[in-house]
Amino acid sequence: MFRRERSIPLRGSAAALCNNLSVLQLPARNLTHFGVVHGPSAQLLSAAPEGVSLAQRQLHAKEGAGVSPPLITQVHWCVLPFRVLLVLTSHRGIQVRTPSCLTPQSCHGALVLAAGTWSGQVLVFDIPAKGPNIVLSEELAGHQTPVTDIATESAQGQDCVVDMVTADDSGLLCVWRSGPEFTLLTCIPGFGVPCPSVQLWQGIIAAGYGNGQIRLYEATTGTLHVQINAHARAICALDLAPEMGKLLSAAEDTFVHIWKLSRSPESGYIEVEHCHGECVFDTQVCGARFCDPSGNSFAVTGYDLAEILRFSSV
Amino acid sequence: MSMRTLPLLFLNLGGEMLYILDQRLRAQNIPVDKARKVLNDIISTMFSRKFMEELFKPQELYSKKALRTVYDRLAHASIMRLNQASMDKLYDLMTMAFKYQVLLCPRPKDVLLVTFNHLDAIKGFIQDSPTILHQVDETFRQLTETYGGLSAGEFQLIRQTLLIFFQDLHIRVSIFLKERVQSSNGRFVLPVSGPVPWGTEVPGVIRMFNKKGEEIRKIEFKHGGNYVAALREGSFELHGDRVLKLGTNMYSVNRPVETHMSGASKNLASRTQESIAPNPLAKEELNFLARLMGGMEIKKPSGPEPGFRLNLFTTDEEEEQAALTRPEELSYEVINIQATQDQRRNEELARIMGEFEITEQPRSSASKGDDLLAMMDGL
Repeated sequence: MFRRERSIPLRGSAAALCNNLSVLQLPARNLTHFGVVHGPSAQLLSAAPEGVSLAQRQLHAKEGAGVSPPLITQVHWCVLPFRVLLVLTSHRGIQVRTPSCLTPQSCHGALVLAAGTWSGQVLVFDIPAKGPNIVLSEELAGHQTPVTDIATESAQGQDCVVDMVTADDSGLLCVWRSGPEFTLLTCIPGFGVPCPSVQLWQGIIAAGYGNGQIRLYEATTGTLHVQINAHARAICALDLAPEMGKLLSAAEDTFVHIWKLSRSPESGYIEVEHCHGECVFDTQVCGARFCDPSGNSFAVTGYDLAEILRFSSV
Repeated sequence: MSMRTLPLLFLNLGGEMLYILDQRLRAQNIPVDKARKVLNDIISTMFSRKFMEELFKPQELYSKKALRTVYDRLAHASIMRLNQASMDKLYDLMTMAFKYQVLLCPRPKDVLLVTFNHLDAIKGFIQDSPTILHQVDETFRQLTETYGGLSAGEFQLIRQTLLIFFQDLHIRVSIFLKERVQSSNGRFVLPVSGPVPWGTEVPGVIRMFNKKGEEIRKIEFKHGGNYVAALREGSFELHGDRVLKLGTNMYSVNRPVETHMSGASKNLASRTQESIAPNPLAKEELNFLARLMGGMEIKKPSGPEPGFRLNLFTTDEEEEQAALTRPEELSYEVINIQATQDQRRNEELARIMGEFEITEQPRSSASKGDDLLAMMDGL
């Protein structure tokens, strides 16, 4: 059971984009950072555990003089082992910022940032441990339509190797493995609807589709193991609470559902169980995220809604 | 965002405008031949070949203010006049209606069915004019050509582009409040029951498969809504049952509900001010307007045709009151063409707008027009 907690007011309403909520959990500082796209601006705010808003800022994608500001398509906190980056995407490009309030924790070495584009390319950037020199290292070809979402996970039992799933507007999923270069492991074809959101957990791909379905695939083989008729409208966001294998799905049908992913001990097959459903009345949800790694709390944004709704389990 | 959104936006808003004007013309008892002339003139201007050519060019959406200027011209394409307050209200009603339709479309592609519903109804208004009918059919063909082959992903982008255009618009509309389609805070009611979109399955089922693809288990879960399967898909042909009711005429003869607007939402916190357009944006918008309206072929009023004023309110006093009390942030000032320093563009636009100047009825020949107006107000 979940109950509504105090909402966090936003200066501007959330835009009708998919995956329109980013959450950065900083338990050590008792803080949570949120990022929501309004339109030409993105709103960043930090809040204390009870939902009290502490600071709010609006960011615009920087542009040259005399040009109208572009609409931002996504704002995302990227947590790397040694630094946190804020990524803003728009139709004019990608901007990566280091939030001034967050200092690097430790230095392990460079890692990568992957971003999907309109043309279907996935751009891979090398991120140095310090400093602003972000270099484009690879352009992955696998998609023909705009890339909608990317999910990554450390490959099982292998340090420094990352599995990555990319999704696009046609519903195609590509599974990659990092190495000296990224290699394409397998492709999972679409079926006529976009896949706006994808997650990866312990070798399980969870994909949310425009027809309200969630499908769970085995990442190594691309085999479909579970099909959930989860929502009555397009899914707009999926999130994972990795500690418990909880999956959060939100859709334009005003519903948010929580699922538990697992593997059958006998067959090793992917299984899923429905845990909770929440109706966010009269709200076309556009973003949803867990606010803690166990999935005991989550936050939701909706089109035209100038607040972040929060829920926590009782 | 999508560069293919403008035709859908324009045609649907135009359709709503015609529904509202038709209802007001009947409510004000404007003689049938005059009413028909007004609708014919507006429809023929809307669907003129040159205008449609400009409309269908891939381009970004401009602001609500810029688009309103186009409808202002369109509404005055005939012998009918609207005061500022009535034009404001007309635009409010049009935009809220289409926002509602976009939001409630089951599938993103269904916005095309909504457009076809509007076109079907428009054809009903001009049944006796084969030339205009042909123009509308031609537009139908163009819509099918432009949108018929788009993927679900491209329609989703169009939907998102439209929703961004309508973001933060929460004007309360009487007819919506009465039908319980809008709640008192201005937000639309999103039902969680009824048929699912075509191509979506009723939520509540989990299917599990083995590695050979055979279903090994099926579980049901409680999803919270009350949905049923979709009956059938609407037709995208020139003629056919659209199935979807969104986009059909809410103001039809059988339901003479008032179109008066409740007070604007007092919750200003959720309403973001449209930014005061910096010079570059104003310039882009002016270019857009110049192109679009350059394509509008407005018939000059021929002969001593007496015009008349249409009122979107029940009385003249109400209209005056509305003009005085309209909240600042909801005012649609006509774009000031002196704002730009681009003299050439300025002159070009001034020339185009000059062609459309509505000649004020000179006082001496006012008698017939005024009598007509006086008669209408008295009814």
